[in-house]
Amino acid sequence: MRSNYLFPESARFYEHSLRLYERLGRELDFNIMFSQRGMLTLAHSRHDLESQRRWANAMRLNGVDSELLDTDEVAELVPALDCSPSARLPVMGGFIQKRGGTVRHDAVAWGYARAADALGVDIIQNCEVTGFELSSGGAHTVKTTRGTIGADRIGLATAGHTTTLADMLGFRLPMTSYALQAFVSEPLKPVLDTVVLSPACGVYVSQSDKGELVVGGGLDLYASYAQRGNLPTVEQTLRGLLTLFPSFSRLRMLRQWAGIVDVVADSTPVLGRSPIPNVFLNCGWGTGGFKAIPAGGWCFAHTIAKNEAHPLTAAFGLDRFARGALIDEAAASGIAH
Amino acid sequence: MSGGSRREFATGIDISRALRFRFNNRSYVGHPGDTLASALLANGVQLLARSFKYHRPRGILAAGAEEPNAIVQLGTGEAAEPNLKATEIELFDGLVARSVNCWPSPSFDLRSAYQLAAPLMGAGFYYKTFMWPDWHLFEGPIRRAAGLGIAPQDPDPDRYIHKYAACDVLVVGGGPAGLASAWEAAEAGLDVILAEIDFRLGGSSLWRGERNEAERLEAALRAHANVRVLTRTNVFGYYDHNALVAVEKLDGEGARQRLWKFRAKRVVLATGAIERPLVFANNDRPGVMLASAAQSYLRRWGILHGRQIVVFTNNNSAYEAATSFVEAGADVTIIDVRPRAKIPDIAAVRVLPGHVVKAVVGRRAANGVTIGALDGGQTFTLQCDLVLMSGGWSPTVHLFSQSGGSLRFDEATQSFIPNRAVQAVECVGAAAGELSGLDIEPLWEVPGPGPKFVDFANDVTAKDIGLAREHSFISVEHLKRYTTLGMGIDQGKTSNVNGLAIMGELTARAPGDVGTTKFRPPYTPVTFGALAGPLVGDLYRPVRYLPAHDWHAAHGAVFEEYGGWARPTAYPFPGETWEQAAQREAATARKGCVLLDASPLGKIEVVGKDAGTFLDRIYVGNASSLKVGSARYGLMLNENGIIIDDGVFVRLREDRYLVHTTSSGADRIAAMFDEWLQCEWTGLDVAILPTTTQWATLTVSGPDASEVIRETGTDIDLDDFPHMTFREGSVAQLSARVLRASFTGEASYEISVEASNATQLVGALERAGRPLLLMPMGIEALMILRTEKGFLHVGVDTDGTTLPGDVGMAGPIARKASDFIGRRSLLRQEALREDRLQLVGLQSHKGVLPVGAQVLRDRSVPGPSDGFVTSSYHSPTLDGPVALGLVRAGRSRIGERVKLYDMGEHHSAEIVDTVFFDKAGERLRA
Ligand SMILES: Cc1cc2nc3c(=O)[nH]c(=O)nc-3n(C[C@H](O)[C@H](O)[C@H](O)COP(=O)(O)OP(=O)(O)OC[C@H]3O[C@@H](n4cnc5c(N)ncnc54)[C@H](O)[C@@H]3O)c2cc1C
Repeated sequence: MRSNYLFPESARFYEHSLRLYERLGRELDFNIMFSQRGMLTLAHSRHDLESQRRWANAMRLNGVDSELLDTDEVAELVPALDCSPSARLPVMGGFIQKRGGTVRHDAVAWGYARAADALGVDIIQNCEVTGFELSSGGAHTVKTTRGTIGADRIGLATAGHTTTLADMLGFRLPMTSYALQAFVSEPLKPVLDTVVLSPACGVYVSQSDKGELVVGGGLDLYASYAQRGNLPTVEQTLRGLLTLFPSFSRLRMLRQWAGIVDVVADSTPVLGRSPIPNVFLNCGWGTGGFKAIPAGGWCFAHTIAKNEAHPLTAAFGLDRFARGALIDEAAASGIAH
Repeated sequence: MSGGSRREFATGIDISRALRFRFNNRSYVGHPGDTLASALLANGVQLLARSFKYHRPRGILAAGAEEPNAIVQLGTGEAAEPNLKATEIELFDGLVARSVNCWPSPSFDLRSAYQLAAPLMGAGFYYKTFMWPDWHLFEGPIRRAAGLGIAPQDPDPDRYIHKYAACDVLVVGGGPAGLASAWEAAEAGLDVILAEIDFRLGGSSLWRGERNEAERLEAALRAHANVRVLTRTNVFGYYDHNALVAVEKLDGEGARQRLWKFRAKRVVLATGAIERPLVFANNDRPGVMLASAAQSYLRRWGILHGRQIVVFTNNNSAYEAATSFVEAGADVTIIDVRPRAKIPDIAAVRVLPGHVVKAVVGRRAANGVTIGALDGGQTFTLQCDLVLMSGGWSPTVHLFSQSGGSLRFDEATQSFIPNRAVQAVECVGAAAGELSGLDIEPLWEVPGPGPKFVDFANDVTAKDIGLAREHSFISVEHLKRYTTLGMGIDQGKTSNVNGLAIMGELTARAPGDVGTTKFRPPYTPVTFGALAGPLVGDLYRPVRYLPAHDWHAAHGAVFEEYGGWARPTAYPFPGETWEQAAQREAATARKGCVLLDASPLGKIEVVGKDAGTFLDRIYVGNASSLKVGSARYGLMLNENGIIIDDGVFVRLREDRYLVHTTSSGADRIAAMFDEWLQCEWTGLDVAILPTTTQWATLTVSGPDASEVIRETGTDIDLDDFPHMTFREGSVAQLSARVLRASFTGEASYEISVEASNATQLVGALERAGRPLLLMPMGIEALMILRTEKGFLHVGVDTDGTTLPGDVGMAGPIARKASDFIGRRSLLRQEALREDRLQLVGLQSHKGVLPVGAQVLRDRSVPGPSDGFVTSSYHSPTLDGPVALGLVRAGRSRIGERVKLYDMGEHHSAEIVDTVFFDKAGERLRA
């Protein structure tokens, strides 16, 4: 969870999301365990330091808190990190958003589900959409494994499987699905108090309230809908992790999982209208859509209800690819989103 | 109850030798062949852990990888290993271990008060509480209470290695079924690997006492030429294409663990089955154990750790354990839930049919059980010192399921068994559900009050499952996440089936309809270090060293990593700061002459009939019109028109180009070339030859550069060698390629020789340059010089949004006839906007601007940004600050003064042209 984005379009949207998260637990009456332990991004070179300075300044201009840390401050915050000058990835400083942190992801889904149900939303589980009936006015019939559903408007919020639904609807999206993995260690007494990201090796790590280290890295490097990760990606992620934290080497991997993420060229979501008049898109979240959930839902509801983009997501339309109006956070800031 | 002496029939230990070890600061003695668990049991240590959440006293439940309770920290200091199961630690002399998650000890634990709060802390408890006023108030204490072992603080002193192996047949599991399969395959002439997680082969034969056949097969296999036997080897992952991964624990001097990557034509899973506990009140007390585990401790390790034993079962398998204990002299009562008609007839054992154990009596050790009929009625108490339980068996289908195989619930054995395989794999023995004669009657939960544990590792009780049901978390995946069932350190090996079956009963679904959660690697936890292997620390993307590294070091270079290379940043004289050195070096380049090691600069040869056509498509500018022996500067774009690299390319011959990339682009661009050639432009006759590391490149730059080259001795005619041309010849008697191109703004000669001749060349240049006061120059000075000149540094002065027009390089595009990568994107609406960020100079009148400072549009923070500073230095030549920046519509705002913001401070600057020095560019042509 963070809103440390470079471009104003992203910053406004993700900051709105972060603020909604800050009160979500109470709003849903469900503890989502939003743990604002800070999100620290490491700098390993002079160039990293300069990029981070640009980024931290841009955030402040966007009205989002940010601070730069020097090596000693990083070392104090993360004692387990190898901050020695001879380290393979020397820590030259870092950049922290203190309101960033982690959230218990299942709790978010459950809290929302319960609240939506209370508002009269039908959530039909184990019900796969298998096709649509298309007419000139759009798609008004949704075929599922449990029967047919008529709908005036349809929203697609199927992340890595949006491309398969688009196939059913007869259009293509500039989007590729990949497996993204994460894994946890066995539970340990507290050893890491903040979320740490090293863009240089594409590794992030935090410690859950249960004591498990939660570790993630880059995508599995081929397109896939299969929800199982490969081993080389785990190995590569761990090489980076252990180079940063040599004392974590004897800890053990307990669980691993993979999800299918919907990657677009500029790592910015696609939220708005689709080529079919009554079908709306909420996808392109790639590796970082969880932090966007409250704001994404907020803006998506607006879009479906009013048949026009919410001001916060006006720049996120599918048409941006044709116009070339990409909002390339990843390339601009050099980190995975 | 004490350990007493070992029984002589123990199949697994060498009683003649003693091993001394310490546990929780007390000394004990065990034997070779012991696990820490068996050695502790033999010493009468029964209470050795506290549970994860409620800190309840716990003992040993199992004898293998499925153990959920007996978690210890092995070793101390840098070599400590947190969270090991005592059942998986092979005893060695001098072993030191202690309990985790309790203080000061498992028998007197200050957090044991958590038990009292247990009624409040059921499933979903956290989700419903701690919200007011704020979760952050509660989180700290909760974090401190959570977790089990303690992570070491110092780097791991050990090494880990990886190894690949291919075979015809991989047999996983060295029990009777695995041994037989391996033997059969080997005899058929197949190449076999047999992997067993235990340090002994034999599997169930070790505790069932049928050792003869297993021993015969083991000996035969170990002697067989086709067979490789690996013990202590945990096969933990099954991936696509029959790729399996295992980790082997090693002894002795070398690496600590070896990660095996198997590729097997066929896989045989002989992984056995895991016994299930029964779910009744206080079934987690020390002294309550799986029947098969107790039988193991008795038969394999010779430990009779109970005299008055109650066996609670719903199937026949526990009768074997009961018999063993009777034979060993214990007093045994079997409580069997099944009616008398189903009970096997065993003399000498007391059996109570149709009864259940309602609860265990005793806190730190079981000292009795309450017994009653299943359907209520009177209960009574029976004294005992050991309770064995068997709720049936779950075939170890983890790897089969990971392989993609489906499972089905088998009524006869009340277990999930392999159904359809999708890879070349078969299950044999108990793993295949061969559990004949169980005659099991399902008993998922004994009715009645009290804490009835399902998942011992995560303290999940039957009541928690009821809560999940009440809160509608009835799908098996929801059940898991809501209650944390099966997410503990044992990954639910003994608890998953019980848990999902109880949920099934609560929701009127058969276990098969509830289904299992997804099985994923690893089967049991695997050391991070083993997964990472040797490529960590200094070997993580190893830094590349310049061919003349030692020369630079001897000349006082300060190195930093740039694009994967250790490069000299500056060569400070004694008493000089690094910054002063860079200033001096830059000034020298303008006045005299400097020597820069440019070896990391990317060099890719593009060869073939269509090389020119290919590069026309790659570069924004033209390549095919270039004359042989000439050079040209070019930009490369991606399909979105974004600048991704730049450099000078040379036409070596009609059909041969030398492409220079940035040093960080060397690998990336070569790969990109290959992708275009192999995937898109398959018809082009072009080959790609990355040669970066074959050459050492030394750049001599400055007004005196040509003089230095002349002094060094060369057969190249320096008087006929203009800027942006290329010559081959000899320099310092070395065969060399020399390019005249300049990133400093001064006349420059980039001399490339075979990498192994680097030191010789640099030495010759140094000697030749001595009278001219030639000095080495690092990267920092180079950056100062190119900023003075307004030369673009891709990735610094550009980012992932920068188009050629933004840096004033749209010129060649209009003139170019052919298509190139990114061209169409440059015509999109967004690319044509007037208010794009454009590269300009920024002139500060008060000190050096910080890189990353933002240009403010209307002086307010927060407020809109109008760009940012990309490069900024003090210029020794101009004795003042120079800076470049990307500024909104910058080129049309030359002369305007802007305000900048940097981390709380404000600056101001004037927008100026990018070139601060020698605007006409006369010096580099000199
Ligand atoms: C390992 C991993 C780590 C991550 N870490 C982070 C992180 O740290 N921070 C962050 O912000 N984001 C992170 N993400 C990304 C984030 O999880 C996703 O972007 C986010 O969950 C997307 O939410 P969603 O609701 O759009 O899609 P999902 O949560 O994927 O939900 C899509 C739903 O659509 C359903 N569906 C699909 N096809 C059909 C069909 N035909 N019919 C009916 N239903 C269908 C699926 O079953 C699923 O329930 C991570 C992702 C992964 C995999």
